[in-house]
Amino acid sequence: MNGTAVLHSIIDGVLTGSVYALMATGLTLIFGVMNIINVAQGIFVILGAYLSYALSVHLGIDLFVGLAITIPTLFVVGIVVERVFLSRIKGPERVVMSILVTYAISLVIEGVLNIVFSANYVELHAWYVNRSVRVFGIYLPYIYLLGFALAVVLLGALYIMLYRTRFGASVRASLSDQTSAALVGINVRRVSTVCFGLGVAVTAAGGMIYGATNAFNASSSYDLISRLLVIIVLGGMGSIGGALVAGIMMITIEDLVSVVWGPVWSNLAFFLILVAVLSLRPQGLFGKPSVRVA
Amino acid sequence: MLKARNVWWILALVALVLFPLIETNPTYTTIGIFTLIFMGCATSWNMFSGYSGYINLGSAVSYGVGAYTMALLADHLHVPGNGDLFWLIPVGGLAAMIVAVPVGLVALRVRRHTFVVITIAIFFVFQLSAINFSFTGGTSGLQLPLIPWLETNYNKPFYYSALAITVFAALLSVAVRRSRFGLQLLAIRDDEDRAAGLGVKVFAVKLAGFTMSAFAVGMGGALYAVFLGQIYPQFVFDPIFDISIALMSIFGGLGTLTGPLLGALVLESTQQYLTIRFSNGSLYLIVFGALFLVIVLFMPQGIVVYLSDWRSRRAARRVEGARVVVGEAS
Repeated sequence: MNGTAVLHSIIDGVLTGSVYALMATGLTLIFGVMNIINVAQGIFVILGAYLSYALSVHLGIDLFVGLAITIPTLFVVGIVVERVFLSRIKGPERVVMSILVTYAISLVIEGVLNIVFSANYVELHAWYVNRSVRVFGIYLPYIYLLGFALAVVLLGALYIMLYRTRFGASVRASLSDQTSAALVGINVRRVSTVCFGLGVAVTAAGGMIYGATNAFNASSSYDLISRLLVIIVLGGMGSIGGALVAGIMMITIEDLVSVVWGPVWSNLAFFLILVAVLSLRPQGLFGKPSVRVA
Repeated sequence: MLKARNVWWILALVALVLFPLIETNPTYTTIGIFTLIFMGCATSWNMFSGYSGYINLGSAVSYGVGAYTMALLADHLHVPGNGDLFWLIPVGGLAAMIVAVPVGLVALRVRRHTFVVITIAIFFVFQLSAINFSFTGGTSGLQLPLIPWLETNYNKPFYYSALAITVFAALLSVAVRRSRFGLQLLAIRDDEDRAAGLGVKVFAVKLAGFTMSAFAVGMGGALYAVFLGQIYPQFVFDPIFDISIALMSIFGGLGTLTGPLLGALVLESTQQYLTIRFSNGSLYLIVFGALFLVIVLFMPQGIVVYLSDWRSRRAARRVEGARVVVGEAS
């Protein structure tokens, strides 16, 4: 182990962490606006990866060009799921019910993906997937750089949407207080549906990068969702900035631990950080402390 | 003097005791064993999650710890492949309780919603650790000593052990429900802040409930390990287990005593039958997920409550009808 290896793992961590941050942002946006924990986020990522796979293998469409199809597709999938299933959940146990419903949805999608694509691991291929560029003696795979760029562009777009548009103002109002937002005339239902669609749509991009950097099958979704959940809990549930910071931080630490102590310990490092942060700040790094509402 | 309800309980127990004596086909007694394991685990899960409203979606942690404790102890203590293995089942339960303490200390620091998320995350850490560490045998799992019993009797000891676990879990669940401690758990479910304000030591109560409920689940896992003779990380630390247990309890009726027993009886036996019949894991996932969606969306209170509601609605309608008739007569 030497300095270069450590530096390398930090750079890798930041680059791949940004993609996780993007996926976690979708998850935390959904939670913040709708009070729904979308456990199906992991399988949506894999669904996005498989869509990119099908487009590139069967139609020869480039992975990044394919996003023009996969992102809108997953947006529509999100809207349908929200309208058909999630909007029906009511009552005091809404959050818990949402977890169970999205869990069930993810089981169904997993079963369908297993039947359509089989359980064999696949990887996404393109000319830039296996090449790298040398910067100051460190080899950086193109796909990491492209993934980072994509995450930055999409997060930037999300930022502009949230902070520079009228719709974004309604979303932020719903994030901070649903009842008051409804009282000033915001259609919270419509905002919720669109937010769920957006939160799911970002997984198409995340899934494409994930599929290009990892071999995957439908059960990879479990690994993904566990990481994403830890990230949003650490960042503070519903905090978008928290998801960004926690995403990059966690993946960087994981890479570092993997280089310094070996990959076996990186999963435990994840857990130990969660324990440490929650002991000091149960609401997560950027979360608001829970206050009694009713 | 026996109450009518107790008579039903005794009849159900007698039926369960007699089942393997009448039905000797190992295919069906195997279904019986799995069903009973799940009945016990669901009842025990419900004793904490159903009563307190803290839905634990990481119950496979206890199950897996029980199974691994059994496999590792059998190996390191050189327990021969005979009835002695069964004495290790409660040890598996104890190990699950010991592990539940630190897990609970972390997970219970947060409120309900985050708790669910953290239990899922902790579950995956356990699964990944079981896969990655060498003492657990990694992905190839662990072998247990084989028990050289007669083929015809093979299932009976397992069946009655599973029945014992289920009866234990049910009795414990009733005892908790009727105790002051059980009332405190219910108070936490209804309004945690008010319960704390009235002097309930909420954190201690939650932690005690969480730990207690791990015991029977750990025993279920240990029994599973002895019964199959081999364990793999992805089958004892199984995310489907987490969700199945929750589904069974919600299907039957969260927080009721009969609910988890009935839910597990119906769902697990159906599931085992479907697996034997179709042997397609993916198709099973789809059916299971779809069934879950239907139950959660249309009968969110569970069948026990749904049926009793239906009965009282029908009775109410009858009374209403009678009142109309009386009204017209007068």
